[in-house]
Amino acid sequence: MSPETSLQFRHYHLLGIEDLEASEIITILDTAESMAEISRRDIKKVPTLRGKTVVNLFFEPSTRTRSSFELAAKRLSADIVNFSLPTSSVVKGETLKDTVRNLEAMAIDALIVRHSSSGVPHFIASFCQSHVINAGDGTHEHPTQALLDAYTIRQYKKRIKGLKVIIVGDILHSRVARSNLFLLRKLGAEVVLCGPPTLLPPEFSKMEAKIEYSLDKAIVGADVVMMLRIQRERQKANYFPSLREYRHLYCLTPERMKLAKKEAIIMHPGPINWGIEIDSALADSIQSVILKQVENGLAIRMAVLYLLLGGKEREIAD
Amino acid sequence: MAEKIKAKIMDANKIRRVLQRLTTEILERNRNLKNFVIVGIRTRGIYLGKRIATLIKEMEKINIPVGVLDITLYRDDFSEFETQHMVQKTEIPFSIAKKDVLLVDDVLFTGRTIRAAMDGLFDLGRPKTIQLLVLIDRGHRELPIRADYVGKILPTSRKELVQVKLKEVDGIDEVLITEPVEK
Repeated sequence: MSPETSLQFRHYHLLGIEDLEASEIITILDTAESMAEISRRDIKKVPTLRGKTVVNLFFEPSTRTRSSFELAAKRLSADIVNFSLPTSSVVKGETLKDTVRNLEAMAIDALIVRHSSSGVPHFIASFCQSHVINAGDGTHEHPTQALLDAYTIRQYKKRIKGLKVIIVGDILHSRVARSNLFLLRKLGAEVVLCGPPTLLPPEFSKMEAKIEYSLDKAIVGADVVMMLRIQRERQKANYFPSLREYRHLYCLTPERMKLAKKEAIIMHPGPINWGIEIDSALADSIQSVILKQVENGLAIRMAVLYLLLGGKEREIAD
Repeated sequence: MAEKIKAKIMDANKIRRVLQRLTTEILERNRNLKNFVIVGIRTRGIYLGKRIATLIKEMEKINIPVGVLDITLYRDDFSEFETQHMVQKTEIPFSIAKKDVLLVDDVLFTGRTIRAAMDGLFDLGRPKTIQLLVLIDRGHRELPIRADYVGKILPTSRKELVQVKLKEVDGIDEVLITEPVEK
């Protein structure tokens, strides 16, 4: 067995990008390449996580993240249980800790957690035995999103170092922006954050990001244009006067895209509010890699499940 | 891990002659090469497989397709290794259904790698036959697995390591027996 193929991934949980070294991020991206091949076969299954049980613990709605974690587990032959807030006893008042304890009593191996409060995965990791994967906690982090975004960028641009990446939208409330900022900086990209001043705290410049309130200025020479979802509720909270004004200043239009580099790619974590974040004219643009992001999300999540759960604590009968 | 070299079993010339002999044996036993394909097990099985394909081309003027199988996701002997193994790509750009597959690996030991490789192959299609070629058979089988073509049978003790080095990966062609040295 060749020592050059052994790797070090020393984490028991995946709680955030902040805890990861650049080399570990590369390990995840490289592992995802091999996982992507499995989804191209006729029989899209390998026996690696056979006998392991994974629980999707989703306290917030999700289309992409939840279904791709479910498929990722199934393609690695793991069993998966889907927990969804509206159909659970949390509705009857059961606490978070009790919910986790009760699920753990059924001998599970991993919890994939999405919650509207920041820090919930860390809290769960502090008292439970299973591996914990953060699928999005409040406004804090969404590590697998940043990983699949990086994988997608690497796929199209062959590298991350030295690229100019702009992230546009409600930065203040965005866990996707934070995780991406951590990851892109660890891998040496230049990050520009763009949005209305009410949604773009100046403190972000302390995290090695450039702040630019004008999209027309920020987008010049960009290699990657990452648009974030704007929540309509923010308008009610007076973060901006109207959606029309937000659109006027921050919607990605074909005219604005011309200011970016010629081969720049357009990204969005989804779901998209067409006409507000991105002009519908760009929906089928050759530069949009949005659906590729979703495809890659599956490979990344398979890689994460494999690296945390696969090939370690098994015993051989001697 | 520190190790000392106990013996050099093969040098570049010996490896070349062994592969020539094995190729002749393959041609002898497989009259019809129409459905013959080679699948090398990562990592060194790949290069042995490619060298055999080249030899077949020289001898019979036929192109045999060569694919690469990564068995990391099918292994069952994880806790032998302190660190986890890096998953690499399986690249078999042809169908193996109804084909005569020659699986190629450098060292046959417990047989678990080959068991995993066969599982991997069956997930990709249903081959007509599978034959196994190994450069070294070092004994200590734990499963009922045997090779069809063996370069050399090498009795070893369990704590010894058989290292096959190939020019494409290690810069040199040789086979060594080594033993880990206690610090």
